[in-house]
Amino acid sequence: MRSRPRAGEVAVAGCLVALAVLSIWQTAVIPVSPIYARVGPTLFPWIASAGLLALSLVLLAQALRGGFAGVGAQLPVDWGSLAWVAAGLAANVAFIGTLGFVFAATAMFVCVARGFGSTRPGRDALIGAVVALTSYLGFEKLLGVNIGAGILEGII
Amino acid sequence: METLTALAGGFATALTPTHLLFAFAGCFLGTAVGVLPGIGPALTVALLLPITFQVPATSAFILFAGVYYGAMYGGSTTSILLNTPGESATIITALEGFQMARRGRAGPALATAAIGSFVAGTIATIALTFFAPIVVELALRLGPAEYFSLMVIAFVAVSSVLGASVLRGLTTLFLGLLLGVVGVDLQTGQPRFTFGMIEFLDGIEVTIVAVGLFAVAETLHLATRRKHGEDEILPLSGSLWLSREDWARSWKPWLRGACIGFPFGAIPAGGSELPTFLSYFMEKKLSRQPQQFGQGAIEGVAGPEAANNAAAAGVLMPMLTLGLPTSVTAAIMLSAFQSYGIQPGPLLFVNQAELIWGLIASLYVGNLMLLVLNLPLIGLWVRILKIPQPQLYAGILVFATIGAYGVSNSVIDLLVMYAVGVVGMLMKRYDFPVAPAVIGMILGPLAEQAFRQALTISQGDWTTFVTRPISAVFLTIALALAGGPAVWRAVVMTRRASA
Repeated sequence: MRSRPRAGEVAVAGCLVALAVLSIWQTAVIPVSPIYARVGPTLFPWIASAGLLALSLVLLAQALRGGFAGVGAQLPVDWGSLAWVAAGLAANVAFIGTLGFVFAATAMFVCVARGFGSTRPGRDALIGAVVALTSYLGFEKLLGVNIGAGILEGII
Repeated sequence: METLTALAGGFATALTPTHLLFAFAGCFLGTAVGVLPGIGPALTVALLLPITFQVPATSAFILFAGVYYGAMYGGSTTSILLNTPGESATIITALEGFQMARRGRAGPALATAAIGSFVAGTIATIALTFFAPIVVELALRLGPAEYFSLMVIAFVAVSSVLGASVLRGLTTLFLGLLLGVVGVDLQTGQPRFTFGMIEFLDGIEVTIVAVGLFAVAETLHLATRRKHGEDEILPLSGSLWLSREDWARSWKPWLRGACIGFPFGAIPAGGSELPTFLSYFMEKKLSRQPQQFGQGAIEGVAGPEAANNAAAAGVLMPMLTLGLPTSVTAAIMLSAFQSYGIQPGPLLFVNQAELIWGLIASLYVGNLMLLVLNLPLIGLWVRILKIPQPQLYAGILVFATIGAYGVSNSVIDLLVMYAVGVVGMLMKRYDFPVAPAVIGMILGPLAEQAFRQALTISQGDWTTFVTRPISAVFLTIALALAGGPAVWRAVVMTRRASA
C-alpha cells in the first residue's frame, strides 16, 4: 500500500539530514592536538554525527516511500492560533530587555490566550499581569533567580 | 543492619521541620502539575533548578523527589476525570478509570489509585532501601568500559522501549547526544559545536532545552490543532471510601502491581509505561469477571496505578546507585547533582550518605503525605483541572520565560528555547519521542567520558568493550532491547488475535 509522500515528513527528514551534515562539518573543524590523536575530543562527535546521518537517511527514505512507519495523516494546522502564539513569543523577546519581564510577559499572556480562543483581552491582561508579578516576586525574591531589570521591576 | 542505621539517620534528616516543609511543598506542587495537562514533573523540576544555587543539596532533592512522586499521584486524577492522561505512565489508568467515572464511580477510582499508589510506592521504597546498597557494592567494581556499556543499555532502553518507533527514538537520542557535545570539551579544553559564539562555550543549559521541549513545544503543538475538540471533565461522583468489595478487589492488584513495577523501573531498561501495560493485561487475565474490563473494572485502575508508582521509585535506583537516569525527570535531577558539583554514581552512598539517606527517608514521608493530601483535597485538584486552556497555556509560557531568561538574562537563551520548542513541536507532530533527546543530552557527556577513559586504559583498543565479560553482557542486553519491542509487539498482537 503505497501513497504519495507527505511534504511535512520529507521536510522533517531533510532537516535532520542537514543537521547531521552540519554536525559532521562542526566535528571536522574541531582542532585536535596530536597528543590526543587516538582518543581525542572528536571521536565521540564523529560517532554521534555519523549515527544521526545514517538514521536520518533511513527516515528520509521512509518519508519518500510513503511515510514514516506508524504515523498517520496529520490534522491540518490551525495557522491562526499558531500565529497568535508566535506573536506572543515574539512580543516577549522584543520587550523583555527594554520594558522588563512583567510587561513582556503580560503582552505574551494576552496574545497566547487569544491564540487559544480567549475573547476578553482586557481580562487576560489583568490575569497575565497578576501571574507575571506574582511569579516575578516568587522567583526573584524567594528563589533569588534574577529575571532582569525593567520599568516595574525598578519600582518594586 | 547497617542499612537500618543509615535509614534511621536519614529519617533524622528528613523529619526536621525545614525538610518536612520542603517535602510538603514538593508533594503539593507535584500533585498540582501532575493534575494539569501539559506540564509534568520534568518541566517542574527543570524550572526549579535555580533553587540549587539557594538551598543545600539535601533540601533541594527532597523537594524534587516530592514533585516527582506527587506528579505520579496527580496524573491519575487527570486520567480518571478527563480521559486525557497527563503522563504517559497513566494512559492505562484512563482505560478503566474514565469508564468508572462515567458510571458514577469516580470516587472509588480515585481512592483505589491513591491508596494503591501509597501501598506500592512504600513497598518500592522499601525495596530501594535494601537493594540500593547491594547494587552500590557491585557498581563499585565496574570500570569505565562497563559503565559505558551500561549507559548504552539506558540509551537503547529509553529510545526503543518507550516510543512508538525504534528508528525515531534513536534519531532523537542522537540529536540529544549532539546537543550534549556543545561547549568546551572538559578533557582537552577544545570548544566544540559552538559556531564561534561565546554563549555556547558552557554548553546549552538543561533547563532551556527541557522547558523548550516540554512547555513551549506542547503549547505550540496544541495551538496548531486547537479546533479539534475540547475535553469534558467528568464530575466527582461516588463516595471516596472504598466499599468492602472494592477493597477485596483492589488489594491483590496493588501488590502485584508493585511487584511488576519496581523491577521494571530499577533495571536501566526503565520507564513506567511497560509495567502499567503488563499489570493491566495481568489483572484482566486473572480477573473472575474479565468482561468487566473496558466497562470500568476497579482492578484495571488499582494494578496499573500501583505498578506506575512502584516503577517511579524503581527509576531512582539506577539514578542514585549508578548515576544512570532512565526517565526524563531523573535525568534532570542528575543535572541538579552536577550543579552542586556532586559526581553521581556509586560513590554517592559513601561521600554523600546524609544526602542520599535523607532523600530515601523523605520518600517514605512523601508517600504518606501524598495519601493524606490527595483524597481530602481532591476538590482542590478538580478545581485546578478546570483552569481554562487559554489562561493555562499562557501562564505556562510565562513560567517558561523565567526558566530560560532567569539563567543569565540573555535574549539568546530565550531564542534558543523557542527554537527548541519549534523542534519539539515537529517531534510531537511526527511522533518522535522526546525523552531520548533529554536523556541523551544529559547522559551523553558522561558516556563520552567513560568511553574515552575506557579507550585510554585499553590504549586505544576498541575490543575492550566486548572482551571484558561484564561489558559484553551489557552490550548484548542493549542489542536485545533494540530488537525486543518488535518481538514484544508481535507477541501482544497474537495474544489479542487469539483472545
